[in-house]
Amino acid sequence: MFVPCERGGGSASSDFKGFTLLMPAVSVGNVGQLAIDLVISTFNMTKVGYFYTDCLVPMVGNNPYATAEENSTELSINAEVYSLPSKKLVVLQIRSPFIKNKYRPFCQTLLSWVESSKCARVVLLSSSHAYQRNDEQLLGTPLRYLLTPDLEKAVGGLMQELNWKEMEKVAAYPGINDTEKVLHIPGGGITKLLFTESCSKGIQMAVLLKFCSEGDNIPDAFALVNYLNEWLQLIKCEVNTSSQWKIPSSWRLLFGSGLPPALF
Amino acid sequence: MATFFGEVVVAPSRAGVDDEEEARDETPEDREIRRELEKKREIDVLWTWKSAESAADEQLVCSKLIVAIGHNAAAFLSSFILDSVCWEVVGVVKLWNEWCRTTSTTNILLTDSFCLFYRLIADPTVLLCQCSCYVAEDQQFQWLEKVFGCMRREGLQVTILSTCPVADYKTQESTLTLPSPFLKALKTKEFKEHVCCPLLEQPNIVRDLPAA
Repeated sequence: MFVPCERGGGSASSDFKGFTLLMPAVSVGNVGQLAIDLVISTFNMTKVGYFYTDCLVPMVGNNPYATAEENSTELSINAEVYSLPSKKLVVLQIRSPFIKNKYRPFCQTLLSWVESSKCARVVLLSSSHAYQRNDEQLLGTPLRYLLTPDLEKAVGGLMQELNWKEMEKVAAYPGINDTEKVLHIPGGGITKLLFTESCSKGIQMAVLLKFCSEGDNIPDAFALVNYLNEWLQLIKCEVNTSSQWKIPSSWRLLFGSGLPPALF
Repeated sequence: MATFFGEVVVAPSRAGVDDEEEARDETPEDREIRRELEKKREIDVLWTWKSAESAADEQLVCSKLIVAIGHNAAAFLSSFILDSVCWEVVGVVKLWNEWCRTTSTTNILLTDSFCLFYRLIADPTVLLCQCSCYVAEDQQFQWLEKVFGCMRREGLQVTILSTCPVADYKTQESTLTLPSPFLKALKTKEFKEHVCCPLLEQPNIVRDLPAA
């Protein structure tokens, strides 16, 4: 499924042994994807390949991270992989929704690729419907995390130090039986599936998610990427960390074209 | 979410996320139904240049492929390029989905849904495809693999013609004042020839079969 770009580096560009794979879930508000856009754009990451898959709706456009005329004409498609070897980071960006009934095969192929490329761990950025929060979740931080048991051993302590909140489990049969608890991530797309599969395959995976609603999700994306940064320290945490993330040029006109003057 | 009138509705997510899907486990009956549906949605590509003697995996040598997707592009080819003297029909794609079923005749009306391949008689390596039927999301990849699977791809140049509503075009000014119709292009870095119109600016994208 992974097709490396032809570059001088050859196989070196697709050697992700020990890297952290950062990827989004296509979820409510597209927050994970927006946050990934910020990471790729800020570090000017190099594209190292793409996924040739029939699981995502096809789309194509010109380089969404273009900064000048010269780099604006490289084609970009629905699932691409970028790398930043200096931070041992490899990033997958997904740009379109799943085709019906194809999200399971995608998850299986993705996790096989994670195992075969020997990534050390996976960080999944996601979101969940804010309106489905329970009373306790309405208060305090809207950010949550989840760790697979294998990663819990490695970084569980760090999460405690950062004072992060773990995603709460909810009753399987609310109102009837409150003892059986399950993980429920409404609006999270493939988040729950990827997480439970990673748990059973012994893959080190962390899920970072934010409760949000559809709308202008740019602030949510900033909140999520700053949350990620508290842990991975990709950029120096300063008073105003948000201003250090570079907004990509493709974020223009998110809500459509300009308005006709005759409207007023 | 709560609407203005206070009723609670399930809002469709822009991200295309469908919660119902994840909760349902497939019964053998569901699986059977899904398999039958998948079979019905399979695409068949029938080539007339393949005789009974030719091997099943024999590939067509193709130097140029022009694909017209959608009614407007198909009509363009019919009006300005195709004629029965210079072009012959060499293939047809049969498919079904909720929006259309392709017609099985080659004597088509432009209002029909069809997907036909023509070959230039003077140079049989030049192919044209007129695809006025809607190819659904789950069929696009299949279309791609089945059509290109039959062609030798070395030195192949592909040109895709398609149309989109002006209202979908994102620009700083209003689309109302844009002189339309207008042309935009996307090209791979391997395409070295001159492009006859400006390239598609960010954040505009192309989807569906042309994108595939």
